[in-house]
Amino acid sequence: MIDTTDTVTLVKQSLAKRYAAERRFRRIGLAAILVGIAFVLVLFTSIVSKGYTAFLQTQISLEINFDAEVIDPQGNRDPETIAQADFAKLYKDALKARFEVTGRSERRELYNLVSNGTPYTLRDLVVANPDLIGTTGRVWIIADDEIDMLVKGYIDRDLPESDRRISDRTIGWVEQLEASEDIRTTFNWTFLTAGDSREPEQAGIGGAVMGSFYTLMVTLVLSFPIGVAAAIYLEEFAPRNQFTDLIEVNINNLAAVPSIVFGLLGLAVFLNFFGMPRSAPVVGGLVLTLMTLPTIIIASRAALKSVPPSIRDAALGIGASRVQSVFHHVLPQAMPGMMTGTIIGMAQALGESAPLLMIGMIAFIVEIPSGPFDPATVLPVQIYLWADSPERAFLERSSAAIMVLLTFLIAMNALAVVLRKRFEKRW
Amino acid sequence: MSTYIIILMLLGLTAFAYHRGRKRALAVSSLKPAERLHSLPHYYGAWAAIWCSLPALLVLGAWLALQGTVITELVISDLPASVRELPEGRLGLVVNDIRNHAEGSITSGEVSAEIEAAAEHYARLKGISRMAMSVLVLVLAVVGSLVALRFIAPHFRARNTVEWVIRAVLIICSSIAIITTIGIVLSVLFEAVRFFEKVPVTEFLFGTNWSPQTAIREDQVGSTGAFGAVPLFAGTLLISSIAMLAAVPIGLMSAIYLSEYAGPKLRASAKPVLEILAGIPTVVYGFFAALTVAPFIRDSGSLVGLEVSSESALAAGLVMGVMIIPFVSSLSDDVINAVPQSLRDASYGVGATRSETIRQVVLPAALPGIAGGVLLAVSRAIGETMIVVMAAGLAANLTANPLESVTTVTVQIVTLLVGDQEFDSPKTLAAFALGLTLFLVTLALNVIALHIVRKYREQYD
Repeated sequence: MIDTTDTVTLVKQSLAKRYAAERRFRRIGLAAILVGIAFVLVLFTSIVSKGYTAFLQTQISLEINFDAEVIDPQGNRDPETIAQADFAKLYKDALKARFEVTGRSERRELYNLVSNGTPYTLRDLVVANPDLIGTTGRVWIIADDEIDMLVKGYIDRDLPESDRRISDRTIGWVEQLEASEDIRTTFNWTFLTAGDSREPEQAGIGGAVMGSFYTLMVTLVLSFPIGVAAAIYLEEFAPRNQFTDLIEVNINNLAAVPSIVFGLLGLAVFLNFFGMPRSAPVVGGLVLTLMTLPTIIIASRAALKSVPPSIRDAALGIGASRVQSVFHHVLPQAMPGMMTGTIIGMAQALGESAPLLMIGMIAFIVEIPSGPFDPATVLPVQIYLWADSPERAFLERSSAAIMVLLTFLIAMNALAVVLRKRFEKRW
Repeated sequence: MSTYIIILMLLGLTAFAYHRGRKRALAVSSLKPAERLHSLPHYYGAWAAIWCSLPALLVLGAWLALQGTVITELVISDLPASVRELPEGRLGLVVNDIRNHAEGSITSGEVSAEIEAAAEHYARLKGISRMAMSVLVLVLAVVGSLVALRFIAPHFRARNTVEWVIRAVLIICSSIAIITTIGIVLSVLFEAVRFFEKVPVTEFLFGTNWSPQTAIREDQVGSTGAFGAVPLFAGTLLISSIAMLAAVPIGLMSAIYLSEYAGPKLRASAKPVLEILAGIPTVVYGFFAALTVAPFIRDSGSLVGLEVSSESALAAGLVMGVMIIPFVSSLSDDVINAVPQSLRDASYGVGATRSETIRQVVLPAALPGIAGGVLLAVSRAIGETMIVVMAAGLAANLTANPLESVTTVTVQIVTLLVGDQEFDSPKTLAAFALGLTLFLVTLALNVIALHIVRKYREQYD
């Protein structure tokens, strides 16, 4: 006989300990979730706090004398002569008129206040409006990236001169400009529209966004029809045999193959074997198609599976062929699910960079691509390139490019959620 | 004629063929009202359209894929013997020059008379090829649709044939998965075999010295090239272990909490937040690791007097762990939810607390599934590229100290292949050997993991 009173006391004695263990376990679980959420918060705040200033641009106002002698000595307004004129002299003269300098090195430092792309800005102004020639006017000019960093407060003015990248003299000039309100920060359109550049203040994500756009278009055009067709075959027509088993095993494995291996495939097959152009979005699109296909196929199959068999039976019952029943009745019902899967696949493809490094989409490209065959880079690779640059201003731009990329991704995922909510059917 | 115009004309012809086919079917059936059409009229249109476009498109594709190689071969065979006998690399340069000259872009150095002639030859061949292609494709389209139109008769089973073609297209689309796998294996294997001809397999697998810089000139010092990949494997293992040490406890515990303890409200809000981590591009994690986590670890290390490398394995591993958390947590969540409620009820029935039930009943029952999920996560960590490229080092140190800088297989693949280099040096080929190793290891892990997960699912179905 078991002594029950004894067991009960035993259990009662251990209860406090067991409940403590229970509470501990529970707290560990909650802590794990909080740690996960904390990571999300830290990640986002660190990127936003580093990057939001890149959407602002420092500009300096200069009194530019559009001297006819310099721009158009013959006075015949020939666009070719105007385009070749020495516009650098204009802003250098304006700076010299504003500040007193002696000696070459001091002059060079003064010219470095503004971006070295200034001559082209001035040229474009004059070419667009030749009436400016011979007049004098205030022009807002993009400041050099070091000045930009100084104005945004990334360079500590109280440090000893030897410890910072900007001299006391330059800070003096900037303070003069600040006192007369000839320096301002405005919204940075250059960042959103320009291509890449060696100079941070002239660099933008326009080229990378277009590259991503063409790459994604190629991916979408190829992967959506192929993925849907494969899913239809596997779900609706395929007999259960070794061939279909092989296909399924392959799809499941491809979904887990590291993305960089797809890059090796692209390099060896598309570039070296078929001789396709390096750095072209069309090759990037092909590689990403192979990568996203498993995602799209798996999602599309799930969508097809959720369509009840009664729909197929009804179509077959009134004399439709199997192809007709699938294409006219099952496919329309499964479309929202397939589109949701495709959007998620596209979001993955948009954030992917490793395979694209392999096929040369990492080149330094200034021009904005105008088609899928032009050399281009994509947004994630641009982030990688800038993150590697030593300039402080590029880091800021890299963070800002991440913000743009994440905005696109969140928008795509939100669209997928909305699609699912809007068209989800409970049968 | 440019390819775009040919494709546009082909589209036009196809639309026309469809229209004619449909019209013809209706006409044929109105001639003999006694015989009804076998299929709906648009199937006859589709039949004609398929015959118009499919053969023409196939020829167009094949022509475009092959014309470059064929023309280059023809041009090379016409070059003087002195050029033809150049080594492969130099010959490639000459061919590039010819091509560039023919297209009017910049060539390297002076253009000799031979190249001038060859460029002309090249341009002429290209013109001929383009003409021939346009004519052939368009003739094929017209002939195809004419043949198809002749077939149309009331008893002709257009629907069945069209559906047969549709099925064939579906099968081809689903075979792309197999073709991709074969493509990966062949492309990686082919180059890897060429690498192993130059460097023995044993040296690659067991050598402990990795410095892939090979000498360009004979008399250079210190760049003999050593291809012992053990330091890379060790580095990969170190970083992946750190990642798993971070990801498995956090992922597993949050999955347990969310599925066993959390109320519906917390579940609905915490789950999507954790899933955000899964959707963040790896380059963002890399940026975060290199510019936020690594400096933070280095600074806090120096506070307590530890010397931490600014490209420490710890930083890369931790951030990779964060990336994998949602992966582990969603897989474990599935597995834990698959454990039948009756097991839990039985455990509660004998007086166990919730945590005792979880630890002693649910987790042992779910263990195989969780192990499968963890293996999948390991394969992810091994193949992850951007985080380590940005946050881990390049130097191949053989060390187990997480505060030092190590390099990984994927980092080396990227560094060896990014940029221009000749394609058959052991240095570039080594990247493919590494790629092959990576592919085989992840493949093995995936197969085992999927097998375990499937076995486990069957157990409770």
